[in-house]
Amino acid sequence: MTLAAWIMLVSTWAVIVFFTARFLWKVVAPRRRRDGHGKG
Amino acid sequence: MTTPERWTSRLGLVLAMAGNAVGLGNFLRFPAQAAQNGGGAFLIPYLISFVLMGIPLMWVEWAIGRHGGRFGHHSAPGMFDRLGRGRGLKYVGVFGLFTSLGVAAYYCYIESWTLAYVWHSLAGTFRETDPGAFYPRYLGQTADSMFALPGEALFFFVVTLVLNAYILSRGVARGIELAAKILMPMLILFAVVLGIRGLSLEVGDPGVVQSPLVGLNFVWEPQLSGLWDPSTWLRAAGQVFFTLSLGMGTIHCYASYVRESEDIALSSSAAGWTNEFVEVVLGGAILIPIATAYLGLEQVQSATAGGSGFSLAFLTLPTLFNNWGWFAPLAGAMWFGLLFFAGITSSLAMGQPILAFLADELGIRRERGAAIFGAAVFGLGFLCVWLYPGGAFDEFDFWTGTFSLVVFALAEAVIFAFVFGIDRGWEEITRGADLEVPRLFRFVLKWVTPAFLVVVFASSLVKPAAGAWREALAGLAAGRGWPFAPDSVVGKILHSGEASTAWWDADGLPTRILVQDATRALLLLVFAGFAALVWLAWRRRGRQK
Repeated sequence: MTLAAWIMLVSTWAVIVFFTARFLWKVVAPRRRRDGHGKG
Repeated sequence: MTTPERWTSRLGLVLAMAGNAVGLGNFLRFPAQAAQNGGGAFLIPYLISFVLMGIPLMWVEWAIGRHGGRFGHHSAPGMFDRLGRGRGLKYVGVFGLFTSLGVAAYYCYIESWTLAYVWHSLAGTFRETDPGAFYPRYLGQTADSMFALPGEALFFFVVTLVLNAYILSRGVARGIELAAKILMPMLILFAVVLGIRGLSLEVGDPGVVQSPLVGLNFVWEPQLSGLWDPSTWLRAAGQVFFTLSLGMGTIHCYASYVRESEDIALSSSAAGWTNEFVEVVLGGAILIPIATAYLGLEQVQSATAGGSGFSLAFLTLPTLFNNWGWFAPLAGAMWFGLLFFAGITSSLAMGQPILAFLADELGIRRERGAAIFGAAVFGLGFLCVWLYPGGAFDEFDFWTGTFSLVVFALAEAVIFAFVFGIDRGWEEITRGADLEVPRLFRFVLKWVTPAFLVVVFASSLVKPAAGAWREALAGLAAGRGWPFAPDSVVGKILHSGEASTAWWDADGLPTRILVQDATRALLLLVFAGFAALVWLAWRRRGRQK
């Protein structure tokens, strides 16, 4: 693989894995109880 | 009064939504599209489209769904009726039923192929039979016929429909959610095993002619010149659109089972990014690297030239797995198994809006609704089976799986921003949110996403031949007219690229044009039928009031 291909692959995978893990973690983590509207 | 159906856990909801989005295209279409449209550079417009069009439109659909659910509507006509005062709004929602049923008709057929291929992989069929010969025989394709009645394909089609109808009949929590909780982790596990096995192949292993990293390089090597080609951007936007199952009415339906004050911003983001993980990380690491290892890059390039890895998946991969010794039948079963799981979690999402419509608006029980859905998909799908060689399947795919989605998505983006109103819309998206939605998205939702969709819609209408926009514009300026691509909407209607548009040939036999036009007429009839049911349901409701 060329260096450019590695850079694209690693950076894209990193972004996607980061956001997927972050959001899924927030979904399964116990939530604080909040009242009223969202943060918006 | 019965208790309204709900998701039993947030993770179950996210997995069901991700299952709705993850489909065959994640593994078959994405890697080919990326490789053929700039490689790694394709990911730039792809991710931009994901953020500016994909995620906002997901929020819109989740918000419309949860808002409709508050009023007891779990299918698009009722939800859209609640977005404003216009009496015509509910008919926009008809797209959400038409698309779900129309796509299910041919999608369940492909899903049934993957089930059949699981069976044949385990039975060792592909050790003795070349999949290249097996595939047309399975579909009943003969050289000069436009009709096919393949017994085995029909059998697996019926089995697939019975499975779908059974799971749907169990309801949202005990059927769809449970299936997603079991099938999605299995899908990811199978994909990881195949990805690791494929990428660890080395030159010198039996049958390996090239490193799988050459295939991975084909997917990821950035060709930056592709960024200046409008077609690359349109294909990237199209891929994002289809991979997230936008514009189908399925997301709305699932979101309608979320409680009024429960978060949708975080759940939708989690589902969307999970889909991206399956598509970009897993989907890009299996098909092309394994095929390249055994076939060499040149053959893979030519097999994916049309932007699809379909032929590699069904015609080539089963043979290549034979190089894996005792693991071959399992590898085949895992590959087609993961495709089947991807398929069924999506087709369940197509069935639920129909069941919900029948239950909410026409008072038909869930079990009966599931049977009606199965029968309707079989009726329409049978035409796809029977007239597959004549092109009915492709017509279903284009009009329901491509055109209708974009029309519905554009309509809902405009209605959400300008009829429901962006203030109410923003409040709906952010109510109960466990994720801070940047305020910038308010502007994006109102202007950027609809503009994105207008461009996608307009380009699908008048796409020039071979996607050569610059040449087409130059030709238009020089007075040579516009060369409509055969797969543009106008090109389809005009049968561009066909030598003749006659319905009958010189021997008085039906032509492909007749099959195409008859299929279109049937689809119009299905749309009109749904519209009539909506009219009837609201008329009945008016009388009851």
